[in-house]
Amino acid sequence: MTETTGTHAQGPFIAAIDQGTTSSRCIVFDRDGRIVSVDQKEHEQIFPKPGWVEHDAMEIWTNVQEVVAGAVEKAGITAADVKAIGITNQRETTLLWDKNTGQPVYNAIVWQDTRTDALCKELGRNVGQDRFRRETGLPLASYFSGPKVRWLLDNVEGLRERAEAGDILFGTMDSWVIWNLTGGTDGGVHVTDVTNASRTMLMNLRSLDWDERILESMEIPAAVLPEIRSSAEVYGSAKGGALAGVPVASALGDQQAALFGQTCFSEGEAKSTYGTGTFMLMNTGDEPVNSYNGLLTTVGYRIGDQKPVYALEGSIAVTGSLVQWMRDQMGLIKSAAEIETLASSVEDNGGAYFVPAFSGLFAPYWRSDARGVIAGLTRYVTKAHIARAVLEATAWQTREITDAMTKDSGVELTALKVDGGMTSNNLLMQTLSDFLDAPVVRPMVAETTCLGAAYAAGLAVGFWPDTDALRANWRRAAEWTPRMDADTRDREYKSWLKAVERTMGWIEDEE
Amino acid sequence: MARTIQSLERAAAMLRLLAGGERRLGLSDVASALGLAKGTAHGILRTLQQEGFVEQDPASGRYQLGAELLRLGNSYLDVHELRARALVWADDLARSSGESVYLGVLHQQGVLIIHHVFRPDDSRQVLEVGAMQPLHSTALGKVLCAYDPVAHSEVAESDREAFTLSTVTTLPDLEGVLDLTRARGWAADVEETWAGVASVAAPIHDRRRMPVGAVGVMGAVERVCEEGEVRARLVAAVRDCARAVSRDLGAGRF
Repeated sequence: MTETTGTHAQGPFIAAIDQGTTSSRCIVFDRDGRIVSVDQKEHEQIFPKPGWVEHDAMEIWTNVQEVVAGAVEKAGITAADVKAIGITNQRETTLLWDKNTGQPVYNAIVWQDTRTDALCKELGRNVGQDRFRRETGLPLASYFSGPKVRWLLDNVEGLRERAEAGDILFGTMDSWVIWNLTGGTDGGVHVTDVTNASRTMLMNLRSLDWDERILESMEIPAAVLPEIRSSAEVYGSAKGGALAGVPVASALGDQQAALFGQTCFSEGEAKSTYGTGTFMLMNTGDEPVNSYNGLLTTVGYRIGDQKPVYALEGSIAVTGSLVQWMRDQMGLIKSAAEIETLASSVEDNGGAYFVPAFSGLFAPYWRSDARGVIAGLTRYVTKAHIARAVLEATAWQTREITDAMTKDSGVELTALKVDGGMTSNNLLMQTLSDFLDAPVVRPMVAETTCLGAAYAAGLAVGFWPDTDALRANWRRAAEWTPRMDADTRDREYKSWLKAVERTMGWIEDEE
Repeated sequence: MARTIQSLERAAAMLRLLAGGERRLGLSDVASALGLAKGTAHGILRTLQQEGFVEQDPASGRYQLGAELLRLGNSYLDVHELRARALVWADDLARSSGESVYLGVLHQQGVLIIHHVFRPDDSRQVLEVGAMQPLHSTALGKVLCAYDPVAHSEVAESDREAFTLSTVTTLPDLEGVLDLTRARGWAADVEETWAGVASVAAPIHDRRRMPVGAVGVMGAVERVCEEGEVRARLVAAVRDCARAVSRDLGAGRF
């Protein structure tokens, strides 16, 4: 989307930069939180070996500069009209660079990269993957940054010596973008925010500072680490470029930014983003909640010197990608939207259940020995029933995560705020509401990630006075309410759980 | 038996020839296979090519079936695809107009609502996706009847109930309304379906300029109208939205 319907665009504005996994974007928002302009550029995905995923950080920085200039130009405004810049980013992706030259010492290692699998097992020692969970809220898994930093220090020739000498800086993509925006080698600030720091596995959730014991265990010198700041404060000003002189005033990991953009500011409020995979976060207030049901504990956001707000996070690996699989691998539909047409041609699932454990079961089970199953097949079942089971799989998996969140936090979900591409699927949204027995609400601005970064930056510079003003901006575009009777829901859930059981133990030899 | 048109028979034979066996044929292959003079065969092939039914490989000069034939057999636009494409634009229309937005397509003898965006005022509203609206009295329905010949024949044969005193029910009067709709590119419904409610709608076209649906706003007549006329600002916003969705579907500027 690059054009708007006119009739608005009254300054001043906030610019949000979204440095994502596949592309970098810049969106200019007005005071009502409406989109004024968008520019976007994709970057190369580098796959040096199976399981390895890298990005060229210099390409990303060039793209960020271009999309910022592009969005400003499309909006027909100048730096003087923009009150602040907000940053949101792909989480956990890890970069080390030389602070004297500004050159990365290696490509950025992307969150999906699994090269640290073995290292994570080794770091678990005799305790296993929960060795650092109490401090960090995270299991030892290859997604998180700490082990990736360790891998770089171990594998790039001479890097550890340079790091210990203080010549090397570490950052997730927020740090890289902010350092470059604020001048790079010419006085760039080396900071990260609490949400991004909470995904490194190196930060203590309670002190919100780097954890010396973990740094020692992972053999990471403190000299490389950025300063941990809040998510909404002025870190510095842009030096040069289309927005020279504008304060850089927020940083949030992408899922936390969506939580913020959905204005989930109260305990118990939750959002779920439906894309290829699905990420659900619930605000748990100013105390971190330990999870005993397979969820992650993370920082939701922190505004300036206010108390931090924590969140529980559950992710579903396969949601939109299951629809793509039906289209590309099975050929049962021609476009993703057609899944609804096919599924709507029948009244129910005909007894079929589809558990897409393509690479194991994630939250709340964490069973890597599981594989996908279609259960309950009879002669009666048609491709339309399977299509229905595909949509129901996304809804049931959401239900499992909300159940886990309720168990861990003791807070019942009152309503679920949704965003992402799959929210255009009306049948899925209705099914979700039926299975959760709670209202499902879609906001009017689909770009909640960028909006969250813009909101945080706007708060930091006084563009918006407080979170109440942001709530007033939030508009309900649609709401689905439960229509399923309790007996049917309970019976169906039982059948789903039976199908889930059938997936476990399929892979017998993990090695 | 009625008289047939020879050139159409020859064109059909050519399409069958290109569809079977060896898929790419040169001009002389086609001419000799059908027993035609090269000039005759070339004239027919060129016409078929202009219509998109046949394509000529630029390198070899050979002919093959064109993409238009595939589209003919496969022309139906999935309504859920239409909703997915329209989503951001409909949201923006609701924001800029301050009214609720509806997207409708022809279904049997009425308008099927396939997408609904709430009026952005935080009031309690119910999602109306799946509801039906009448063709002859609503703005969405009039747009469909004005642009889609199938909708037009449906409305001509229907009962056209008088919902209010303002409902246009006679066919000649309705034809006048549809002519006006085509002439200005949008339709209105001022208390013709529901008392106190007014709406305005514009057509959505796909890449072949086929009318695939209509998008419009609906609200209290006091807000939507000014001195008995639909506010020009709302008409502009609705038409902008319809054009934006059409562009997303691949329609050229118009």
